Amino acid sequence: MISDDYLKYPKRRYGMDHDRYEWSMLSKRKPVQWPNGARIALWVTVSLQWFPLDQQGKPFRAVGSLQTAYPDLRHYTLRDYGNRVGVFRIMNALEKHGIRASAPVNAAVAARYPSLVQEIAAKGWELVGHGLDMDRLHYEGMPDEAATIARSLEILGRFGKVRGWLSPAKSESHQTPDLLARAGIEYVCDWVNDDMPYPMKAGGRTLHAMPHSNDIEDANTLIAMHQDEDELREQWLDQFDVLYKEGGRVMVLPLHSWVMGHPYRIGTLETVLSHIMSRSGVWPATGAEILDAWKARQ
Amino acid sequence: MKRDPGYYDFLPYNKRPKIEWPNGARVAFWVAPNIEFYELEPPKNPTRTSWPKPVPDVLGYSYRDYGNRAGFQRMMEAMERCGVRGSVSLNVAMCEHHPEIIKACAERGWEFYSHGTYNTRYTFGMSEAQERALIQDSIDTIRKHTGQKLDGWLAPALTYTESTFDLVAEMGLTYVCDLFHDDQPGPVKVKKGRLVSIPYSLEMNDAIAFSVSWVTPRHYAGIIKRQFDRLYAEGAESGTVMCIPLHPYLIGQPYRIKAFEEALRYITGHDKVWLATGREIANHFHSRYYEAFAKASLAVHDF
Repeated sequence: MISDDYLKYPKRRYGMDHDRYEWSMLSKRKPVQWPNGARIALWVTVSLQWFPLDQQGKPFRAVGSLQTAYPDLRHYTLRDYGNRVGVFRIMNALEKHGIRASAPVNAAVAARYPSLVQEIAAKGWELVGHGLDMDRLHYEGMPDEAATIARSLEILGRFGKVRGWLSPAKSESHQTPDLLARAGIEYVCDWVNDDMPYPMKAGGRTLHAMPHSNDIEDANTLIAMHQDEDELREQWLDQFDVLYKEGGRVMVLPLHSWVMGHPYRIGTLETVLSHIMSRSGVWPATGAEILDAWKARQ
Repeated sequence: MKRDPGYYDFLPYNKRPKIEWPNGARVAFWVAPNIEFYELEPPKNPTRTSWPKPVPDVLGYSYRDYGNRAGFQRMMEAMERCGVRGSVSLNVAMCEHHPEIIKACAERGWEFYSHGTYNTRYTFGMSEAQERALIQDSIDTIRKHTGQKLDGWLAPALTYTESTFDLVAEMGLTYVCDLFHDDQPGPVKVKKGRLVSIPYSLEMNDAIAFSVSWVTPRHYAGIIKRQFDRLYAEGAESGTVMCIPLHPYLIGQPYRIKAFEEALRYITGHDKVWLATGREIANHFHSRYYEAFAKASLAVHDF
């Protein structure tokens, strides 16, 4: 039995069915020209993650989570590989082109491997808040969300200024953006509804959503969807070609050290970076730099 | 519950009246963009949860929203460059939420048919009166915002009752897209009125290809071409129908649109293709073949 209330639509109105952000079509917005007349901003993100062995999986398991009965040494170590080995291959690949990444870092990685986080900060990479670890997802009704955010930012903040945030598994509660804005965060990477930054109302302030595609993430294509590296390369290049042609866009390459950092995969990243960086008018930048440039042009 | 939905008799592919499309076309080709609104916090339904993750499912919600903010424009421009009009499978609340998109479709002569009010409201378990109210809402909203008479139905999120087709036929609609049993149109047996089934497709549907089968954009373009080649060849014997159902949030992604446009251009580059809308195909079939198909069909007797 369906109640008659099911046919009532209290939020059937112009715009969105919530007040978090305004409805806006990308095609109707003012075009953006990046610094030095660049056509496209290239934003490489490298997530540094830690998946605890005593995984609870609440309220769901993130991509890359442990799979077997306890103790799942196999997946625990395969993920930790990214922090010990994989990230350094990606670092070298980026350095060849003078690209600085934005690194979403679980606080657990910062606490456990401080020298790694010091090293990427010293290279001028941007540190992006990424929660406590990959088994502490943010969700409606989670205990102590404000404290979780504060602790994540306190630990990562020891290594440099943190202006952006990517929630583990892009999972949020209703109030996550409000809590982030009140904690001083300027941008969030969880909302995949745009190819450009846009403003959100959060905690009585303005928070910005940055376009951090889930589709073309290495973990989504290679791990969740079981595609191969050649297919990923084609999709990255097609993504770049279309955004480059449109102009004034952000191209994000969302990487995970435990995915793209393997010997057999790193060449794919190198090929794609060489292709992109050989084009004129490509501006490689961090998320915060892209946001600042975008805001200056609004 | 019934063992057989009872909507059609048996009519084998090799024993049918011949279908001739306008101008000697072999394939009636139509593109059906699903222009949808998914609610962030839909009311609970006893038969189905709306989001795979706990509400708010930020990733799921914002992925769908991408279609309206960014993907629609890319999809529309690609279709326009290939001279293809859309037959919009519309969540009619889009008329209120995002009228800019409705206007852009209307200006291009696209057809609007109904895909329910929201893609997060399901008809499973509805009473006849409730489902009738849902259909009337679509008829009224599409008339009010586009001036068009509602002719087609694709059930919201593919959810049904046993009365769905009887009601849409009785309320004046002429075709449904919910039956996947054929590559040609066919009569649908209803209590009152006349209704036809127009081949839509789950095989060619970008949602199935990308979100269920996880194929790459280039593979999707490849299967579209293969599907078309075979239906074009068979269409020399008797007219076939090919539909590509789309979702702007999927096909409108930068990394997918290029390969899709190439496939669309491949199809429209053939001369014996009728670039039609759902309504046009339904009208043609209703006026010329409905009775012959009904008559040629063989009654089915269960054991």
